[in-house]
Amino acid sequence: MTDAPDLVCRDLVKEFDQFRAVDHVSFEVPQGSFFSILGPSGCGKTTLLRMIAGFQAPSDGELLIKGKSMIGVPPNKRPVSMVFQHLALFPTMNIGDNVGFGLRQRGVNRTDIKKRVEEVLARVGLPGTSGRRVDQLSGGQRQRVAIARCMILEPDLLLLDEPLGALDLKLREHMKLELKALQHEFGTTFVYITHDQSEALVMSDNVAVMNHGRFEQIGSPHDIYYKPATAFVAGFVGDANRFSARVKGSSEESLILETEAGSTMEVEAKMADLNVGQHAQVFLRPEAIELAKSKEQITGNSNVTSGTVTSVLFNGANSMVALRETGSGATLNVALPQTGAFSDLSEGDEIFASWHPTKARCYPGDGA
Amino acid sequence: MSRDASKLGFYLLLAPLLLWLVLLIILPHIGLFVVSVSEKVGVREYEIGLGNYAAFFTEPLYWRTFARTAIMSILATGLTLILGFPIAYYIAKLTKGRTKTTLFLMCMIPFWVSELVRTYGWMILLRESGVFSSFLQYVGLASGPVEMLYNDAAIMVGLVYTSILFMVVPLVTTLDSLDDSLIEAGYDLGGSSFSILREIVIPHAMPGIVSGCIVVFMLSLGNYLTPILLGGKDSLWFTGMIYTQFITRFNWELGSAFGFLLLALSSVLVFVGLKLSRQSLSGTMGR
Repeated sequence: MTDAPDLVCRDLVKEFDQFRAVDHVSFEVPQGSFFSILGPSGCGKTTLLRMIAGFQAPSDGELLIKGKSMIGVPPNKRPVSMVFQHLALFPTMNIGDNVGFGLRQRGVNRTDIKKRVEEVLARVGLPGTSGRRVDQLSGGQRQRVAIARCMILEPDLLLLDEPLGALDLKLREHMKLELKALQHEFGTTFVYITHDQSEALVMSDNVAVMNHGRFEQIGSPHDIYYKPATAFVAGFVGDANRFSARVKGSSEESLILETEAGSTMEVEAKMADLNVGQHAQVFLRPEAIELAKSKEQITGNSNVTSGTVTSVLFNGANSMVALRETGSGATLNVALPQTGAFSDLSEGDEIFASWHPTKARCYPGDGA
Repeated sequence: MSRDASKLGFYLLLAPLLLWLVLLIILPHIGLFVVSVSEKVGVREYEIGLGNYAAFFTEPLYWRTFARTAIMSILATGLTLILGFPIAYYIAKLTKGRTKTTLFLMCMIPFWVSELVRTYGWMILLRESGVFSSFLQYVGLASGPVEMLYNDAAIMVGLVYTSILFMVVPLVTTLDSLDDSLIEAGYDLGGSSFSILREIVIPHAMPGIVSGCIVVFMLSLGNYLTPILLGGKDSLWFTGMIYTQFITRFNWELGSAFGFLLLALSSVLVFVGLKLSRQSLSGTMGR
């Protein structure tokens, strides 16, 4: 056990003919942690992962695995394994040969390979399947075989390229938990890329949000969700009501903003360095808004507004209502409290909404 | 009504194939078989018997030529595979778009010319007064004219050249369908280029390899023009022997027996090849 992080990237750059896919990305992944790179498609995350695996050479920057530079090291010489997007199990081999492939390349003798294949298959919960063909397994089982095939080599780093993308929703939910459990069981460092925020938030110790080849923010899932560093992160991770506004006044503690639609709101001043007259973008999570039947029931929240329910989107625990603000006509999405207190709301009802200034996130810019 | 019409359409579409099979393949073969089991006992007098087949086994020249044809064809098939595989791999995996189409087309262009013309092309290159011989004399590597025609190597060159397209096409098709991520996964798991070729690429390409080999083997075995023109009168190719029996010696009975032996030989070798490579005929040809 060394203190050196398993993976260090410093100012990593990848340029293609026309554009820069990865733009000065720097990060460290500590040993044994689950690190996710979250970003919309085309943000450069696959390119970044392929550079770590060794399929693409960085144009500039440093890439260290276990403290050793990996620049110029071919993929078959790196202590890294990768689970491919479509798993890339070899269809011409059975499960045992698939899992044993890496050991055969290392020249391990047959009996040892057989023993270790059985061991690793048992660890991923598929004992005794080594004689089966790849197409005899279900999607989730193949997933586990793909992981077993990598883990048998005991890599320093396991890279996962959106491996859950091809699964159906129910299985995906299940595999999220299973992947996290497998990571815990093997204790290997996982680097996971995805465009699905819930995968990243559920499984990761740390998440990096990537956009246009740059990292917008690196932090724990909690920080990413509750303290997004940039407007992009606030908009990309989780749902949010988004307002374009202009600063009307400021005090020590708070900023007074006026939205384009014409309503005023108060937010905490330390959120952003803004002066009077500047444009700002405000993000407000649906669950940060409290509903009340009458104005008297609202206590402690300084932003109060009223509105008409335009639609109720029932989705079990994640049900929402859309309100049209009485004054400005702006739409506001509000999460229904899970206590079921407002389950009798229906279209056309008048209701009050309120939120605390600390709950909103505010960023400079006109939100173009 | 509509059912009758569709039935009629089905038979109309099937008719050319059936006519071709029955009139040009099955009927002549039945005729040939009848001729091959007739023994001439006097002028226009024939008896049914296996004497023609016995003649083949008792005369060493016949079955040695037969064996030689088979071995040379197998060799030619192997060489074609060794030469064709890298070409197909390059076209299928290492090129894209326009370059791919161009390269594929370049493989095909020689086949727009008749086989006879192509074979004469090789004769112009290889003969005593030909291009290679003159060049060797010009650079001083040979003191006199060099004859490169009329030997087994020349036959081999001709056979490989004539049939390489039929190897490259099925190989490109199967290699095209190999997912690049499988090759990447192989490297990622520590495989060397050689072990990836052996464990991933070749097993995947096996149907293409086998179907290419079957076609090339059949073409070589049944080739007449190339061995005769490039091998000269000593070429001793079994098809040449059949030709001699029919045309020169007017011994249709023995010629027919030879024809059937060649058919049996190719069928047996293809069957053995399929068994050895653990492929099925429908699996390789049905693609």
